[in-house]
Amino acid sequence: MIPLILFILCAALAIAGAIVLIWAHEPIHSALALILVMVALAILYLLLGAPFISAVQIIVYAGAIMVLFVFVIMLLNFGLEERTNFSKLAIPGALLAVVLMAEIAHWLAHSSIGRAMANGPAAPATEASTVELSKMLFRQYLFPFEATSILILIAILGALVLARKES
Amino acid sequence: MFLLDHLWIILALPLLGSAINGLFGKNFPKSAVNSVAVGSVALSFLSAAEAVREFFLLAPAQIPFVKSYFTWMVGGEASAHPFRVDFALQIDQLTVVMLMVVTFVGMLIHIYSTGYMAHEGGYYRFFSYLNLFMFFMLTLVTGANLIVMFVGWEGVGLCSYLLIGFYFLKKSAADAGKKAFIVTRIGDFGFTVGILMVFATFGTVAFGEIFPQAGNISEPVLTTICILLFTGAIGKSAQLPLYVWLPDAMEGPTPVSALIHAATMVTAGVYMVARMNPLFSRAPVAMLIVAIVGAITAFYSATIGIAQTDIKKVLAYSTVSQLGYMFLACGVGAYSAGIFHLMTHAFFKGLLFLAAGSVIHAMGGEQDMMKMGGLRKKIPVTYWTMFIATLAIAGIPGFAGFFSKDAILEAAKDGPHANFILWLLGVTGAAITSFYMFRLVFLTFFGKPRYDEHKVHVHESPANMTVPLGILAFLSIFGGWFAAPKLIGGLDYFEKFLAPVFASSASAVESAPEAPAEATTPTMALVHSLTGWPVIVGVLGLLVAWYLYIKRPDLPKKWAQSMRGLYLLLLNKYYVDEIYAALIVRPLLWISTNVLWHVVDEGAIDGVVNGTATVARGSGGELRKIQSGNTRSYAAWVILGAVGFTALLFGLLEVAH
Amino acid sequence: MTGAIPISWYLVLSAILFGLGVIAFVFKRNVITVFMSIELMLNAVNLAFVAFARAHDQLDGLVFVFFVIVVAAAEAAVGLAIVIMLAQNRQSLNVERVNLLKL
Repeated sequence: MIPLILFILCAALAIAGAIVLIWAHEPIHSALALILVMVALAILYLLLGAPFISAVQIIVYAGAIMVLFVFVIMLLNFGLEERTNFSKLAIPGALLAVVLMAEIAHWLAHSSIGRAMANGPAAPATEASTVELSKMLFRQYLFPFEATSILILIAILGALVLARKES
Repeated sequence: MFLLDHLWIILALPLLGSAINGLFGKNFPKSAVNSVAVGSVALSFLSAAEAVREFFLLAPAQIPFVKSYFTWMVGGEASAHPFRVDFALQIDQLTVVMLMVVTFVGMLIHIYSTGYMAHEGGYYRFFSYLNLFMFFMLTLVTGANLIVMFVGWEGVGLCSYLLIGFYFLKKSAADAGKKAFIVTRIGDFGFTVGILMVFATFGTVAFGEIFPQAGNISEPVLTTICILLFTGAIGKSAQLPLYVWLPDAMEGPTPVSALIHAATMVTAGVYMVARMNPLFSRAPVAMLIVAIVGAITAFYSATIGIAQTDIKKVLAYSTVSQLGYMFLACGVGAYSAGIFHLMTHAFFKGLLFLAAGSVIHAMGGEQDMMKMGGLRKKIPVTYWTMFIATLAIAGIPGFAGFFSKDAILEAAKDGPHANFILWLLGVTGAAITSFYMFRLVFLTFFGKPRYDEHKVHVHESPANMTVPLGILAFLSIFGGWFAAPKLIGGLDYFEKFLAPVFASSASAVESAPEAPAEATTPTMALVHSLTGWPVIVGVLGLLVAWYLYIKRPDLPKKWAQSMRGLYLLLLNKYYVDEIYAALIVRPLLWISTNVLWHVVDEGAIDGVVNGTATVARGSGGELRKIQSGNTRSYAAWVILGAVGFTALLFGLLEVAH
Repeated sequence: MTGAIPISWYLVLSAILFGLGVIAFVFKRNVITVFMSIELMLNAVNLAFVAFARAHDQLDGLVFVFFVIVVAAAEAAVGLAIVIMLAQNRQSLNVERVNLLKL
């Protein structure tokens, strides 16, 4: 019962946040809406039995990345977003997005794989605990782990280089 | 047996001469060109003579002597009938006759040309082509299979084109060359199909392998093959309806007309029919067609000759007519008579052309007989040789032509395939032949000069032209004697000599009663032949011509006026060229221009190529718009790709499951 | 907790969020907002990964989510640096002004 309510609530929040992201005139409103979406998703991760990921989502995604976004928005205070004059290709693009959504929904509903997966989750055999996760990270996925750390390093360097004033 | 083993030497010598003159002759002095050209042909003649001498040392079982030098083409080895063509040459009695005629007359004409062409441009080129022609003609007559013969066949056609159009800057000459090549091509097409049919029927193209099998093949198949092969002969030997190129071929220099269009190339068709006689003898329908075409051509062409005024054109139509006689002979089964006439014709027709060339040379280039006259005293050697040749062609007893023409007409009357109508056409043709030939002589050499004597300085030709004339005149008289005596009850050496070649024909045909029972003694036979129709009409023609052109020279003009329609018809050669142009040439050109050029070439082929380019450019132009520089359109494209990819992925997963 | 929510619901939610992210990507004109829509799409995908990890009872999906978040962070850093440069050069954050490649 409770999971269901929680799910519907969080889903509604997430979708509402997404819609606000689209509709808002000011970018700062969009940023805040996105933060809301992320928080809702974090709760959903909890529901799905992934506490570590949920925590990481809040700390890193909502707490660092979105703060960065807000920071930049406030730095580049270019004011209101003007009324959009639609790019002609945007409308087909939007339609395509809708088609994409419908596609996935249809597939979920009607295809054999989709139906197979539509059943509820089994009782988790392995606890999605941090210990287990880190075991995987440092054993099977060690290489990607190290690689992403280098990637972050490169990103830092890149950002430094890009944001430097031309001297 | 050196030369018999190396028959190719006979062919290679003129080829070598042609190559040397063709490649280097531009810088040679005339004497060097002469030595190379005449020398190579003379050496070829000597080699041929030596080969003939060795030939006579062979035992009868070794004849025909075939020597294969290398395998030229091999195809389809895995199949039941591989296509194998060797470069093989052979020599038998028929080859001996042809070799001697071709090389000897060829040599004489080469010598003559050194005088005739002395003042013409392109001297080395002329002799190079002439030597090349000799090479191909020799290939034709010595080939041991149809393909080698065909190489020679096509090669002489090529040389004919080159030599007719020798004065290529003159449009009429260039056109005549093209006409010759194209018209003979039509015949060559039938010939090619015939060769293919031979291969399909016999599984081989070599003579030695075809002829023994000839008895086993059904008659309709043989008839078809023979008719197809004969169409090649119709083209090459200028019979009806493909004769139209020969009169136009007179645009070439006179020695060319003498060699190619009188003595050798045009006789290739006759040689081919004689060579393929085992097939023809077993296809009586084909033989009949050959005889009919020959007889009709003989008569028809003679009628055109009556009205012509150009000296070479008269001789051209005369050639067509005489070729008709040769085919008539082959068609009634008298192959040796046909070959005999081929030989004598080479002598007297070659002589006629060379003498005509001498006249033209003397007249400074004038070819219209109406502008000649009274040349008898001024160029006596030319006159006498030409007169002798005319006597020969008219069939006056004692001269070479008499014996050969008589043999043909005898066979047409009494032979195994005799036919009265054909004989009648032949005799009438003989009468007309005699008439127009003497007309030619009388118009050219007798009467008052119809030209301005101050402008034209008539002079006799130099020795290198008159000596060949003399030699040929000698042959025109005595060249027929060693076959003659059949009619006088003597040796009949020629026919006996050629008998082995035509043996299978003789056995395939039921023998009919020979000469009438009365002509048993030699004297009676002589009297019989002397009072035969050919002689009568020959003399008749002479008399009529004498009457019309010497006694009453005003008459021809009066008759031409009164029978104007008929006269014009003959003068304009029955308008055949015009008919062909309207019926065949113009529609063909129309189709070529409007259909093949505009529709197919410009529309379809160019259209495809240009269309590809247009499509490429157009699609490129459209695709370019994707790269608009507009970020959002990029975004839209990305999404489109994502949608498509997702659909594909789900679809594949669906299928895989 | 029994009566658990079917996985397909999570997937549908993920799809909806993704689609909304696409719409935002296409329709918004502020560069930073466009960037944020990308982040929204990434989040949607993360949700799907977690849902599948749960469905297949494996932890690999979670590991992948981890990496996605890390990469998103790096990408945000560099991307925003570029945005700042863009803003300085063009004096505008309108995505349509980024059109120097236009013909």
